[in-house]
Amino acid sequence: MKFLAKAAFAILPALLLLGCGTSGEVKDETEGEGGQVSDQMTDMDSSTSTRGAADGSDMTGERMDGGAEDMTPAVDPLNDPNSLLSKRVIYFDFDKSDIQDEFRDIINAHAEYLAINQGVNITIEGHTDERGTREYNIALGERRANAVKRMLTLQGVSASQIRVISYGEERPAALGHDESAWSLNRRAILDYLR
Amino acid sequence: MPTLKKAVLSATVLVLSLLVGATHAALNIEITQGIEGAVPVAVAPFKWTGPEPRPPQDIAGIINKNLARSGRFAPLPAKDMLARPDSDSEVNFKNWRLVGSDYLVAGNIDYQGGDRYKIRFRIYDIFKGKQLDGYMMSVSGTRLRRAAHHASDIIYEALTGEPGAFNTEVAYVTADGVGKQRRYTLWVADSDGHNAQALMNSDEPILSPSWSPDGKRLAYSSLEDDGHQVVFIQEVASGRRQLVSSNLGLNGAPSWSPDGKSLALSMSKDGNPEIYVIDLGSKKVRRITRHWAIDTEPAWMPDGKSIIFTSDRGGRPQLYRVSTVGGKVKRLTYEGNFNARAAISPDGKKVAMIHRSNGKYRVAVLELETGYLQVMTDGSLDESPSFAPNGSMILYATSSGMRGVLAAVSVDGRVRQRLTVQEGDVREPAWSPFNK
Repeated sequence: MKFLAKAAFAILPALLLLGCGTSGEVKDETEGEGGQVSDQMTDMDSSTSTRGAADGSDMTGERMDGGAEDMTPAVDPLNDPNSLLSKRVIYFDFDKSDIQDEFRDIINAHAEYLAINQGVNITIEGHTDERGTREYNIALGERRANAVKRMLTLQGVSASQIRVISYGEERPAALGHDESAWSLNRRAILDYLR
Repeated sequence: MPTLKKAVLSATVLVLSLLVGATHAALNIEITQGIEGAVPVAVAPFKWTGPEPRPPQDIAGIINKNLARSGRFAPLPAKDMLARPDSDSEVNFKNWRLVGSDYLVAGNIDYQGGDRYKIRFRIYDIFKGKQLDGYMMSVSGTRLRRAAHHASDIIYEALTGEPGAFNTEVAYVTADGVGKQRRYTLWVADSDGHNAQALMNSDEPILSPSWSPDGKRLAYSSLEDDGHQVVFIQEVASGRRQLVSSNLGLNGAPSWSPDGKSLALSMSKDGNPEIYVIDLGSKKVRRITRHWAIDTEPAWMPDGKSIIFTSDRGGRPQLYRVSTVGGKVKRLTYEGNFNARAAISPDGKKVAMIHRSNGKYRVAVLELETGYLQVMTDGSLDESPSFAPNGSMILYATSSGMRGVLAAVSVDGRVRQRLTVQEGDVREPAWSPFNK
């Protein structure tokens, strides 16, 4: 599903904008990207197999766009529920983008992993709560994602491994209209599968 | 050549979605607050002087609904009329005084052969006992609704001294379904909510539709590139669209310049969101702001010489103004700690915005000359204010229960409307310019 959607999005602008033959190119590119990622996953498994007794059956309570089943290797530290790497969501205060102390260890763990596994790419998705205006919130979400990116790159992760996007207030994790929902929505997600 | 073929393909998709979605996406508009002492007016049913079948639209009915929806007029029900004059009748002013109407509109429609109709109508001042104006227009059957809106504009202007904005359109975005099934659709409908037409649909959010000054195209931002925000321009009539900005980072909040030649937008390609202006002819990009803060949501002053935008350079989002040739940035808002998403009145004298007070996000209007700020709405999460092209109303997004709906308030705060779709959320309204 995910790849299908991705390919469709990649092709759509191409269809509308580029000349003939581009849809083939785009498709190749998408396939190439997919191939690359799974190669890296295999490499990384063999090098880190001693670390994880993970069975990959559960991904803790974090939302990660249901990616768990897409991850092939059973011993991936990314899938180890006991690893900090299984934590993928960083939460923020209202209208703030500075990283709170409680999330530093999580980001550090990801930084260490990504610095070692330079072929692994992530997308950091920034989000906000519903208050304020949509475009400002898209900008605020990007600033949050960039704050996470900055912490990663400061610790040796290459900027080329990181893609930053922002959904602003458009994709809330919780649907309520009070602080309990808002606090869950002010977040940045580290997404390895996107 | 291939580009052409593909454009045709995309147009087909749009036509299909139009057929599927149009019924439930029509906007239903209701008055939630009208003016006390709205002016009583009588619009007599227009007399049909052609052969059967009768024309497909009830012109007087559309005019009556428009006038009622404005909140300024109380149309007399046809059943209370003592006579049904047409544009050739002698008007018995005494009779109309008797039923309490201040004004009368009497008209007829004639068949001209083919698909052509001729509409004639006269506007009378009952108290002065004389005709104010008389009009004649010739239209095709498919444009009869349009003609009724145009007639409404003429009547509104004759009676209020201000141009009407009935013959205009509204762009908006609907969101249906939950989770992975959520779909976003960009629509254009007539200002009375009829003729909703889907322009584009996506499973990623669509934001900030902005009309070209000629009312023929819309710029908007879309996250359809796998979450990457990009800006498109789309032609309303053909559905053809063009990617205008897809730089690394955000490309959002497009706003068309008053001369139609440029687009202001916010891009973060140089590290953080800044205001830029793209010349649509030469594709040259000019950077307008230079600050580490968020600069977004640009809106052009009607003279095209400056842009008002949102920035948190002072710590919290506030509105600022900058000349389009660059230079010093001037802060405009000081009341409260959140003022964003400016919309500028057509005369350039007022700025509508989203203003926070007591934790509520509401539409407020700032008078540029005096600095006086007035909160206009009573919602808690209002968004996206947009002026009617005659400056009379502000259309905005708000919520009702758990649903996103649209609402409108007159600039004097006396008239309020609610605009809803049958299901799903509706947001991001943008009122079109006058039809040319």
